[in-house]
Amino acid sequence: MVEETYIEKVCIVRANSIVVDTVPRFSSDDSLFAEFSKQAFRQINPEYPKFFKMDSLSKLAVLAAEYLLEGQPIDDLALVLANRSGSLDTDVRHQESIQNEQEYYPSPATFVYTLANICAGEISIRHGLQTENAFFIAEDYPINTARSYTEYLLKSGKAKRVLCGWVEFFEEKYDAVLYIVSPKGTNKHSAENIKKLFE
Amino acid sequence: MSFGSAVYIHDFNCFTALGEDAEANWASILAGNGGIKAHNIGFLSEVYASKIDFSTIAVDEASEETRLEYILSQVMAPILNNHKPSRRTALVLSSTKGNISYLESGKKKEAELYRLAKKLSVKAGIVTEPILVSHACVSGVLAISVAKRLIQMDQYDEAIVLAGDELSAFVLSGFQAFQAVSPFPCKPFDADRAGVSLGEAGACLFLSRDSSMFKILGEGAINDANHISGPSRTGEGLFRSVQAALEEANVEADAIEFIAAHGTATAYNDEMESIAFNRLGLSTVPLNSLKGYFGHTLGASGLLETVITLKSMQEGVLIPTLGFEKLGTSQPLNVVERITKKTVRRVLKTASGFGGSNAAILIEKTW
Repeated sequence: MVEETYIEKVCIVRANSIVVDTVPRFSSDDSLFAEFSKQAFRQINPEYPKFFKMDSLSKLAVLAAEYLLEGQPIDDLALVLANRSGSLDTDVRHQESIQNEQEYYPSPATFVYTLANICAGEISIRHGLQTENAFFIAEDYPINTARSYTEYLLKSGKAKRVLCGWVEFFEEKYDAVLYIVSPKGTNKHSAENIKKLFE
Repeated sequence: MSFGSAVYIHDFNCFTALGEDAEANWASILAGNGGIKAHNIGFLSEVYASKIDFSTIAVDEASEETRLEYILSQVMAPILNNHKPSRRTALVLSSTKGNISYLESGKKKEAELYRLAKKLSVKAGIVTEPILVSHACVSGVLAISVAKRLIQMDQYDEAIVLAGDELSAFVLSGFQAFQAVSPFPCKPFDADRAGVSLGEAGACLFLSRDSSMFKILGEGAINDANHISGPSRTGEGLFRSVQAALEEANVEADAIEFIAAHGTATAYNDEMESIAFNRLGLSTVPLNSLKGYFGHTLGASGLLETVITLKSMQEGVLIPTLGFEKLGTSQPLNVVERITKKTVRRVLKTASGFGGSNAAILIEKTW
């Protein structure tokens, strides 16, 4: 049975830059997320056109996961994600399309993204992860819950490794902190060490 | 492999168009009633859906509760009466859209889901931070797993698992845009099924390590990694979720005596379930979908259907699949067609949803 667990690798996407562990991997002067994410994703993966059809929250999650999972084994890698706004950024768009009877044009392509967990589904599809998935919503990253839940998945044998973290996007304000928890590493998977990722 | 101490389900309750508590719902189901009727919702008229009638409910005008908050408070009240929350009681809330109708008046902040969870936890007198699971149509089943897992990790001693979603123009318009809404009350697993009927509900149950009539034997929640708005053609995620539950329970598939399926009555979903259940060797196990009674209540559905199924186990009565007449899946299924007296000991509850999500939970009646 898994005894010790570690934070093996971290990817942070915020303020138009991407940092993996402590190494800056991409940054751009473009202030719009759409343009920043397009350039950043193309740099690491020029051949995944599905990315450009996603809503902003899914783009953020898939972009951060792309940098985090580069060169990583993905065997039995579970997903445990959380954010504050759920899918509210896209919810507002869908609401605009049904607000007036005269301008009523709900679109399936928008509506499908009005669920918080779709971004986890997009990561699963991109990397072929037929594994445990859970999406939580909280005002701030629920450190204790994410930690316990992740430990459960590893200790019960329901996953070998877990991709965890925070993916928040609302009205151009965004923040992604994704990390891999596994039985290998040096940085202990403790509440204190998780907290440090958000400082 | 099982991990941690066993977790049991104690009290349960639900609030739907068929009744304000579990007993009223049960009586209404036995009387053959369905909650799906034609309604006008937003700009859409004559849509079949299951809607709680508030005209007969004396809502306190001074209260600032939304409809959904009222439903959730009501459904949670008897559970709280029986189990006064301690410092180690969790509130695990399942909802896909919460108070989404606030967006109609431009209230974005108020629509934030975590605010709903906070309001309800304050109201319930729960001091731990509420946990909100928002995982499409599997949220209700997954919320039970989340509570169980966190109790097994000793983060909590016990949990109130609460689930709710309301019928909204927001969700209805989206399902209509997908052309997934049935022009008649939904017909799960039927040859003439033509899509979902939506609904609204609240459901609640209480979990702890103390032994009770219902033990959770195992569970799993595994993604298809196939498509965000359609299920896997092979039912892979559902198949694996059930396998994970069986593995944890350390039993074979033939231990399953009844399946409370998802059965949304869309062409793809019901077909996918028939494939997954056949791959598991479960084609002759009695199975139902309760969507014909309540519609698809989204984040509430998995918990609501678990509550009705627990009642069914308690009473030794299997509930038919309202709306079902002739099997319309490529693989055989043993769909329950009439009220059947039968004692079932081990029951499988499943759900599947957008984002490729699936969840399964195996529950045993211990006496």
